[in-house]
Amino acid sequence: MAQNKFTKENYLNWYKQMLLMRRFEEKSAQLYGQQKIKGFCHLYIGQEAVVAGTMSALRKDDRIITAYRDHAHALACGISANAVMAELFGKATGCSKGKGGSMHMFSKAHNFFGGHGIVGGQIPLGAGIAMADQYRGGDQVTVCYMGDGAVRQGALHETFNMAMLWKLPVIFVCENNGYAMGTSVERTTNVMDIHKIGEAYEMPNAAVDGMQPETVHEAIAAAAERARKGDGPTFLEIRTYRYRGHSMSDPAKYRTKEEVEAYKKKDPLEIVKQTILDKKYANEKWLDEVEAEIENEVNESVTFAENSPYPEAQALFEDVYSEPNYPFITE
Amino acid sequence: MRVIQFREALREALSEEMRKDPNIFLMGEEVAEYNGAYKVSQGMLDEFGAKRVIDTPIAELGFAGIAVGAAMNGLRPVVEFMTFNFSLVAIDQVINAAAKMYQMSGGQFNIPMVFRGPTGSAGQLAAQHSQAFENWYANCPGLKVVVPSNPYDAKGLLKSAIRDNDPVIFMESEQMYGDKGEVPEEEYMIPIGVADIKKSGTDVTIVSFGKIMKVALAAADELAKEDISCEVIDLRTVRPIDYATVIASVKKTNRLVVVEEAWPLASISTEITYMIQKNAFDYLDAPVRRITTADTPLGYAPTFVQEFLPSTEKVVKAVKEVLYR
Ligand SMILES: Cc1ncc(C[n+]2csc(CCOP(=O)(O)OP(=O)(O)O)c2C)c(N)n1
Ligand SMILES: [Mg+2]
Repeated sequence: MAQNKFTKENYLNWYKQMLLMRRFEEKSAQLYGQQKIKGFCHLYIGQEAVVAGTMSALRKDDRIITAYRDHAHALACGISANAVMAELFGKATGCSKGKGGSMHMFSKAHNFFGGHGIVGGQIPLGAGIAMADQYRGGDQVTVCYMGDGAVRQGALHETFNMAMLWKLPVIFVCENNGYAMGTSVERTTNVMDIHKIGEAYEMPNAAVDGMQPETVHEAIAAAAERARKGDGPTFLEIRTYRYRGHSMSDPAKYRTKEEVEAYKKKDPLEIVKQTILDKKYANEKWLDEVEAEIENEVNESVTFAENSPYPEAQALFEDVYSEPNYPFITE
Repeated sequence: MRVIQFREALREALSEEMRKDPNIFLMGEEVAEYNGAYKVSQGMLDEFGAKRVIDTPIAELGFAGIAVGAAMNGLRPVVEFMTFNFSLVAIDQVINAAAKMYQMSGGQFNIPMVFRGPTGSAGQLAAQHSQAFENWYANCPGLKVVVPSNPYDAKGLLKSAIRDNDPVIFMESEQMYGDKGEVPEEEYMIPIGVADIKKSGTDVTIVSFGKIMKVALAAADELAKEDISCEVIDLRTVRPIDYATVIASVKKTNRLVVVEEAWPLASISTEITYMIQKNAFDYLDAPVRRITTADTPLGYAPTFVQEFLPSTEKVVKAVKEVLYR
């Protein structure tokens, strides 16, 4: 383990970032129970180290795109808790103006190219975002996330081939949390090492431990360097786990309590916290302060969302076309 | 009579047909071990085994095409789309393969299969999960498109769809699976392509289908309080459409309102309206009206859902307008 490569700042930032994701989503789950948040709502709890480790290895102008399990990605890109919570509530002040909800967070200003609802649909989009940077001669990198279920879509294979052919500056990240809804990985394939799909296209690939930000950071940093040099895409299978059900309505009977508990013992938040204490990067007092700060930030986001207005019904006709006076059929 | 849920009615239709014909199998995401995303296929894995109740990876284009191929070679697949939003990933195989095969092959390869699953919006699910493609599929020759509105119809129509020797698109709703209704124990079939007059009336004809029939019927009840007598027709099938029933009704009532969850351009209501003006022009006492969804994708916020969907109030208003009240 190359832990000593990382600075105190890395650890403190990871901790704060992951704690925000965790507390934000615990609150979201409560609010879903109170029907303040509606529709489909997929929690990221357990997977936080994947996004935290990615972000520390990237530049601010790099691009992110993912599927519907997108709250943590949005927060880590720097979208405010207020704007993400307001979006969950469907309020006009949300990062997608209340049009997207849980599954469709977006922020152009933060280079967050969105949460996408059709499994695998974001895979070609991620390659296309990277193509635009390559086209303009930029050296940005796109990280395109997908689930273990999404790699079964044909779109992945078409995209991988072209991304390699054209050496697009994209990092495909499969967040392998073991399940696509109720279907475990082994029930969908003979190839248990998902990253090996890259082999068919001679795409550099690796399996990465996703329960700690260090390993994720290293893998992303290496892939980003390759992409920036013009050497093309990488496929990383980052192995992680979701503690909650697929969505709020999934009782998750397809796995054992023991399995969930085993992963909780490797909880990325707890491990980073322990490292911080062991290395004396900070003390308990600092941890308490961070906890209080984040609790505050999350509570404020709820107040902000509660006090924000719903979009006007007529806003349904806005943002459909960029043309201002599009002639909608109204009768 | 016995009362069961919509999902149970579908399950009975599937199971009864599968017991009779070993060539029928069910395939889709989460249909077997998870017992169906919406529990339509609950218990079917136990009864029929993994050979006939088949879980697939998330690969709609692949499994839809595999099912069409299996149909070419003598099997009778039933493919479940978790929702029809995801059928767009597979639509090439539905339109270019399933719908074309019989004609392309000069009548050698018919495709006796069903693509089924929920259609339309189901609360605040935002743009990609709130789409109704009944008219898209109905537009395509070679397909039949069935959209039942209650458990009784669902069972009888699904049995017909499974026995049909051509590809049938069978569209349900997340918001109907829990609906209860009377379904007899004994076997029955409902033919594809026959509309049903759910309520007789004299002043105005309301035509609808699927989940939105509830809105049409609620509006008729509301209007009855004001002594307006509505005839409410459930199309049940949107390809082929039972034009004759609608035309006969309009010749009696002289007024027509069509209610549909679809974007307005080239919707089923557009089609009905054309056929009525063509065949019953002299009988009309008012222009035909339609209540569709808004001409936009459906956003997440609750304010959008209300604005977007057909509602009882919108139908009541349109009916009064065609009655000049
Ligand atoms: C094309 C398509 N098919 C089916 C679905 C329904 N669906 C939503 S999420 C999901 C499972 C995806 O699992 P995975 O890719 O592993 O991501 P995870 O939820 O684990 O993050 C399914 C089947 C969908 N949204 N899109
Ligand atoms: Mg998964």
